[in-house]
Amino acid sequence: MLEIQDLHVRFHNRQREAVAGVSFKIEDGEIMGLVGESGSGKSVTAMSVAGLLPRKQCDYSGRIMLDNCELLHADRKVLRQVQGKDIGVVFQEPMNAMDPLMKIGKQVEECLKVHTQMKAPERKALALDALRAVELKNVEEVYEKYPHELSGGMCQRAMIAAAIVSKPKLLLLDEPTTALDITIQSQILKLLKELNRKYGISMLFISHDLNVVRKLCRRVVVMQRGLVVESGETDSIFHNPQHEYTKKLIAAIPTREGRGSL
Amino acid sequence: MKYAAKKLLMLLITMVIVSFLAFAAFELISGSAADTMLGTEGTPEQIAALEEKLGLNRPFLVRYFEWLGGFFTGNLGNSFRYRQPVAQLLAPKIGVTLCLSLMSFLLILVVSIPLGLFSARYNRGIKDGIWSGLIQFMMAIPPFFTGVMLTWVFSIILRFYNHGQFPGLGNDFWGSVAYLVYPAVAISIPRIAMTMRMLRSRIQNEMTSGYVRTAISRGNDRKQVLRGHVLKNSLVPVVTFLAQTMAEIVAASVVVEQVFAIPGLGRLLVSSIGDRDFPVVQALVVILAFWVVLAGTLADIINQRIDPRLRLGGGAK
Amino acid sequence: MKKRNWYLIFGSVLAGIVAAFIVMGFIWTPYDPTEMMTGPKFDAPSLEHIMGTDNFGRDIFSRILQGAGSTALIALSTVLIGAAAGIFVGAVTGYFGGIVDEALMRFNDALTAFPSVLVALVVVGVLGGGKYNVILALGIVFIPSFARVSRTAFAALRNVNYVKSVRLMGANPARIICMHILPNTMSVLLPAITIGFNNAVLAEASMSYLGIGVKPPDASLGYMLSEAQGMLSLAPWYALWTGGVIVVMIFAVGLIGEGLQRRGKEGL
Repeated sequence: MLEIQDLHVRFHNRQREAVAGVSFKIEDGEIMGLVGESGSGKSVTAMSVAGLLPRKQCDYSGRIMLDNCELLHADRKVLRQVQGKDIGVVFQEPMNAMDPLMKIGKQVEECLKVHTQMKAPERKALALDALRAVELKNVEEVYEKYPHELSGGMCQRAMIAAAIVSKPKLLLLDEPTTALDITIQSQILKLLKELNRKYGISMLFISHDLNVVRKLCRRVVVMQRGLVVESGETDSIFHNPQHEYTKKLIAAIPTREGRGSL
Repeated sequence: MKYAAKKLLMLLITMVIVSFLAFAAFELISGSAADTMLGTEGTPEQIAALEEKLGLNRPFLVRYFEWLGGFFTGNLGNSFRYRQPVAQLLAPKIGVTLCLSLMSFLLILVVSIPLGLFSARYNRGIKDGIWSGLIQFMMAIPPFFTGVMLTWVFSIILRFYNHGQFPGLGNDFWGSVAYLVYPAVAISIPRIAMTMRMLRSRIQNEMTSGYVRTAISRGNDRKQVLRGHVLKNSLVPVVTFLAQTMAEIVAASVVVEQVFAIPGLGRLLVSSIGDRDFPVVQALVVILAFWVVLAGTLADIINQRIDPRLRLGGGAK
Repeated sequence: MKKRNWYLIFGSVLAGIVAAFIVMGFIWTPYDPTEMMTGPKFDAPSLEHIMGTDNFGRDIFSRILQGAGSTALIALSTVLIGAAAGIFVGAVTGYFGGIVDEALMRFNDALTAFPSVLVALVVVGVLGGGKYNVILALGIVFIPSFARVSRTAFAALRNVNYVKSVRLMGANPARIICMHILPNTMSVLLPAITIGFNNAVLAEASMSYLGIGVKPPDASLGYMLSEAQGMLSLAPWYALWTGGVIVVMIFAVGLIGEGLQRRGKEGL
């Protein structure tokens, strides 16, 4: 359903390409992991898919196909019709990504407001459904709250609700659990799995943490310095890494025995 | 509502402090009022008699509270020069100054907000330079100079109005308003620029924040992002700034009333300073300070409506 | 590749030109600024009188040179007084904090209720006009705003790690304030000083325009503008030149301020 072909991105104020020829495919209903350290180009790849590249400040080439729609070179107008409707995005820091002066409910239903002709009560009903789907309690109350009145974990759930409210084909998750503490992190991962199972939403999950990716994704793409260094089934990569960099990433995972490496 | 009540209490306390400062300062700098009234010829006996008559020989604090009470009963004392109650002297002039200030304020709002929004999209390169340069230039034009130039062009050359013949609000309201347009323009120009500058930098700042990216990822176009999110988020400091502007407008109108020979509070203040007519000056200074404090409180209450985070703990950040 | 700061360049060049004329005015003016009948009355700008003459036949160019000089000097002295005292108060209260800081800031809040120019106007009106009273009154009136700005800057840096470490090394507070914090507050304080200068020019000109300020024989652009207003129909250029010089002066310093502010932001 999503296919990236030979994506290149270079920012004008940089010499090196942030993304230097990335290609991969996500199948329907799949959760794909995208792993790499900061600066590896994973976020830029995701932003290209989400249509958030600052186009005037970079050179880019390649193709990003969402079903039959090309996104990378698409007209802004076309792109806007895909954003929020076919692609939902969840960012790293929920508090930062939410409008501090807008009630949670209004933020959750924003996609509906932008993309549909629905009346307010209809939108509210769907927003409440979405808030329930992300397993928040007292959704009516949460609907009327402001971001600063919620905890980080609740905010991130609300952000996920906002991203899935219009039933998108693809959910882009840009390090959605990095800013949260560890127990909340595993709850969110469980929730994502549940959403994927229930609604069949495809996901692209970006993380610097291979361990988190292993819990969630069947397949994974490993990036380093703008290039894909390894890709395939998560388990096989985990047990039999081919590339030096992947080996290092795996070695960096702390284990229960306290060993730093395999 | 609790917040507003708390703010009003703070307002009252500030007003008491401010008026006390003013009263004490005048005690300090003005010396004996009786001295001033009698001039150099007064004998010590005459001065003592007059002080007795004016009640100036009583303790400082007693006089202060009497004077403060006067603001609520409308008894502001008597003018040295005109030998009539200060309140009577001020009443007909307050309207003129208020009208001029209001017109200036409206002009500032109507021009600076759309222009600020429009120019905010240019945040780099030559266009940013042109807007910033223009704003700096407008900020450099003093109201009294604009006033003199407007007089020259519109009164002397074009004869649109007769300089120095302000009709008076009671006699000819619309005629007066038409006359006040010129001083209002003179007052507004630098302040339009300041407001634009403020709004521009706020919006450009907000545009880089996380929620803007979120809004774009949901398919909002630039206008929707601006209207739906950025505007509201930029507003709080702008409202505070506008409250200060309200106060500055009144201060600026002191000078501009002189340029256009408008019989408002400003002219009265200037002539009273010249005459050393302290009860009038004192009352005017305190009224102005009250106005400033009031505008500030109003801004705080409005801001608390805009930003729910300010509602916690009575204005904590 | 560093981007050129055009605001700073343009502002400095413009301010440099104005300053050059002012310095020239102290040394030499084409005519004696107070000498009457140097030419015909109300003479339009010509080769002999490049800015024309006024109602007494005085040379306007010479008068403006002198007036701009005294306006600039008054503004400069005012800012020096206000900035020195304000930064001192702000540095001490901001660095040490505590009750004194709280009390002074509340007092400061109450003071801001009085529009500064008006207070200066009243003080000068009561004390009597003249250069020195104007400088004193405006200087004092500007202290609170400088104190506020520098307090914020100093309070923000009070507990930054590098300050903590020099404190642990045993540096005394005066040294920390002057050597370690002050240089880092310059990106905030310098633009504040340029704004203060412009406010001072405006305030002085307004006061002198109202006749409550600098007194003849001392010249001031504000006083000259009020003179010029009386002869608007006969010598409009007098008002234009005088006001124009004020505008250029403030514009130049304003550009410098904008440039400094932008440089400060980039440095962060």
